[in-house]
Amino acid sequence: MSISAFNKLFSSSGSKTWINIAARFLALVIVFMFFAIFVEDGKFYTLRNLENIVRQSSVYATAALGMTFVIIAAGIDLSVGSIIALAVVVVAWSLNIQVDGPAGEMVYLVHQYPFMTPIAACLLAIGASTAVGLLNGAIIVRLRMVPFIVTLGSMGIIRGLAKGIASERDIYPPEETWIGGLMDPTLTNQAKSWMIFPAGVWILIVCIAVASFILKYTRFGRHVYAVGSNEETARLCGVPVGRTKLIVYGLTGFFCALAGFMQFSYIGGVGQPTTGVMYELFVIAAVIIGGASFSGGEGSILGTIIGALIITILYMGGQQMGWPKWVQEMVIGGIIILAVAVDRLRHRKLV
Amino acid sequence: MRGIEKSFGATRALKGVDLSVNPGEILALVGENGAGKSTLMKVLSGAHSPDSGTLLLDGEPYTPTNPLHARESGVAMIYQELSLAPHLSTMENILLGIEPANKGLVKWKEMKRLASEALATVGLESVDPETPVSNLSIAQQQLVEIARAVALDSRVLVLDEPTSSLTAQDIQKLFDLVRSLSAKGIAIIYISHFLEEVQALSDHFTVLRDGESVGGGITAEARNEEIIELMVGRNVDNLYPRNEHVHGSVKLEVENVCGFAKSGSSSFQLHEGEVFGVAGLVGAGRTELLESIFGLEPVAQGTVKVGAYSGMKTPALSWGQSVGMVSEDRKTQGLALGLSIADNITLPKLDGLGPGRLVMPAKQRAVCDPWVEKIPIKCQSAAQATSDLSGGNQQKVAIARLLHADVDILLLDEPTRGIDVGSKAQIYRLIDSLARGDESQGRKPKAILVVSSYLPELLGVCDRIAVMCRGVLSEPRPVNEWNEHQLMAAAIGEN
Repeated sequence: MSISAFNKLFSSSGSKTWINIAARFLALVIVFMFFAIFVEDGKFYTLRNLENIVRQSSVYATAALGMTFVIIAAGIDLSVGSIIALAVVVVAWSLNIQVDGPAGEMVYLVHQYPFMTPIAACLLAIGASTAVGLLNGAIIVRLRMVPFIVTLGSMGIIRGLAKGIASERDIYPPEETWIGGLMDPTLTNQAKSWMIFPAGVWILIVCIAVASFILKYTRFGRHVYAVGSNEETARLCGVPVGRTKLIVYGLTGFFCALAGFMQFSYIGGVGQPTTGVMYELFVIAAVIIGGASFSGGEGSILGTIIGALIITILYMGGQQMGWPKWVQEMVIGGIIILAVAVDRLRHRKLV
Repeated sequence: MRGIEKSFGATRALKGVDLSVNPGEILALVGENGAGKSTLMKVLSGAHSPDSGTLLLDGEPYTPTNPLHARESGVAMIYQELSLAPHLSTMENILLGIEPANKGLVKWKEMKRLASEALATVGLESVDPETPVSNLSIAQQQLVEIARAVALDSRVLVLDEPTSSLTAQDIQKLFDLVRSLSAKGIAIIYISHFLEEVQALSDHFTVLRDGESVGGGITAEARNEEIIELMVGRNVDNLYPRNEHVHGSVKLEVENVCGFAKSGSSSFQLHEGEVFGVAGLVGAGRTELLESIFGLEPVAQGTVKVGAYSGMKTPALSWGQSVGMVSEDRKTQGLALGLSIADNITLPKLDGLGPGRLVMPAKQRAVCDPWVEKIPIKCQSAAQATSDLSGGNQQKVAIARLLHADVDILLLDEPTRGIDVGSKAQIYRLIDSLARGDESQGRKPKAILVVSSYLPELLGVCDRIAVMCRGVLSEPRPVNEWNEHQLMAAAIGEN
């Protein structure tokens, strides 16, 4: 892909965005170098560790794709961590469905249809996650409520739903499926090294291209920017503001389902209803560090991906430095405030 | 095109407006603030539907259901406030909502071509359609809005005070553009306060007053005085107490002041016991002047002197120097509507409401009760939420706050906007008694600055009046040297 085509695909308005991306990339390099130098014995830049960073950041990055749409449209979605958990639980629950077997005894559906059942499980999880996302959007649009409040509430509701489906226990599927293997290491595993990246990462790469394309080349994508930049103007010009917002929250649900599959695999193929707690924080941080503004109208997919990598490196690097968990949490929190402070300063300069 | 005709039944804002414009004609729509011009715009653009009456476009009934429908029908609007999406490129702003697309995919080449054509029509050939609009000057942004309107083969173009933020040179260019559009057969409705613009541009005019069209005709045959007569056209009723005010020493001195938001210059002195009026149209820079005096906005040039102090100002410092302000918008700026009356009144001065630095609610209410009674504010008790009150009583709460803080200088921005006549009369009496002071109770006369768009009110309560026009404040004159026509003429720059 030539540089200019690359530029066109990922930037929203020309060279200024490109400089913003470059600055973020530089920040990523600096953060990486910091841990590469200070983590003992060069453990940080071993193949295994780099792969782990990519695997872990994929979950955040996939969920952050949807969040990028939401934040560009001047919204927010706090329920992403819960939606991820819902997807994880729905997948495990589906794999545990039992039916009457030929001899009258109960057999697992997945044993009877080892190929179709995981696909059906994924479709069910995508359907459920997209539905709760659309429901968020519908409440925000129809009842004219603030997204922060609506998704704060649904964060609790969806988490509760996930726990209810799982009867407040971890669900262990009877059989390993390809869903559980989505995030299996590849580079450090001879049998799978031909894939270069785990399957889940390839899914993410396809999603990055598709999301960038939607934002840049479709009317819907441009309307997302218009709604976030100046909602009133968008309405006066006849942009379907309500529909745009609705779809944006639906997209978040959809991408959270994909993130859920990766999470399911990453935590070892278990339907854990308590997974993904605090992920909304990481995901929102990735989008904001990636250059989006809470006041809307700005943001890019590529920036978000870099943001997700920065967050993951901070998190994992901190672990390997032997920082206690409380220090890690404080560092991540501080970085988020810093990113928003930089965002504010940038806007003051613009005005 | 036969033009648009419409008439409405007895609605709140529009009590029957008839208006028609032919292709290639420029119709000026004039009227005071609140005459119903913006409501009319909203009806035209489909944001409101009329209660009764009919709209005809090209002789066909025209019932816009939403802004997009209006645009597609060929009716385009240019709003007074710029309405662009700052993060998007120029071409996206021009074609927002009507992007050329194939199955949802934007055709960028087509978009650039259409945008370039529209930009050429408005004389912006030099602007690259891909430039973000936020990089353009205000005048260019205004033209981009017009480009948005012409991009869709509009047959009717409505411009709402498009010149309020433009320089004289840019205004001239805009006029040339409007004339060339009208020469192409587009019907143009031009809304303005400024009669010079009306005279320079329009073929016909229609005057709107209190939601009714009260007259109109061929612009070239009408004298400005006649148009002003139609715009004002009401009697000053006997609402206003007239007592002798004794002017004392200078309390506030404003010299060549100008904020950052608008260019201009204002100078005047405000004396103890004086009610000083600032007339002018909305957007002329009156509110900005008050905010500069009060310290809400930085002063770009000139000095504001309170007593002997002329240094930097903040609202907190101003309260300390015994200056208080009632802002024009009580809902979003003036009052904390969710809080109680007592909370609102005591907000700037919470001292002495309890032992030490504590604030005791009972004491808070006790302090407020006398004001509630004296002004009077109609409510159950001072503990009631301010949002429960009528607009008039809310406004009285805002003023009571200044009385509680016992300020010497009161800055009142549109103190009677949107409130009923009874409350208005009470506020006028209050202003009068504050300016007089009360020797027997040891209350000194106050210095009061009133900003208002409502001319009879200024003539009724003020001792001296100056007029703000495009950021420049005229020489103050005693109230008996003004009448409504002269004030209106000065406000619209007819001197």
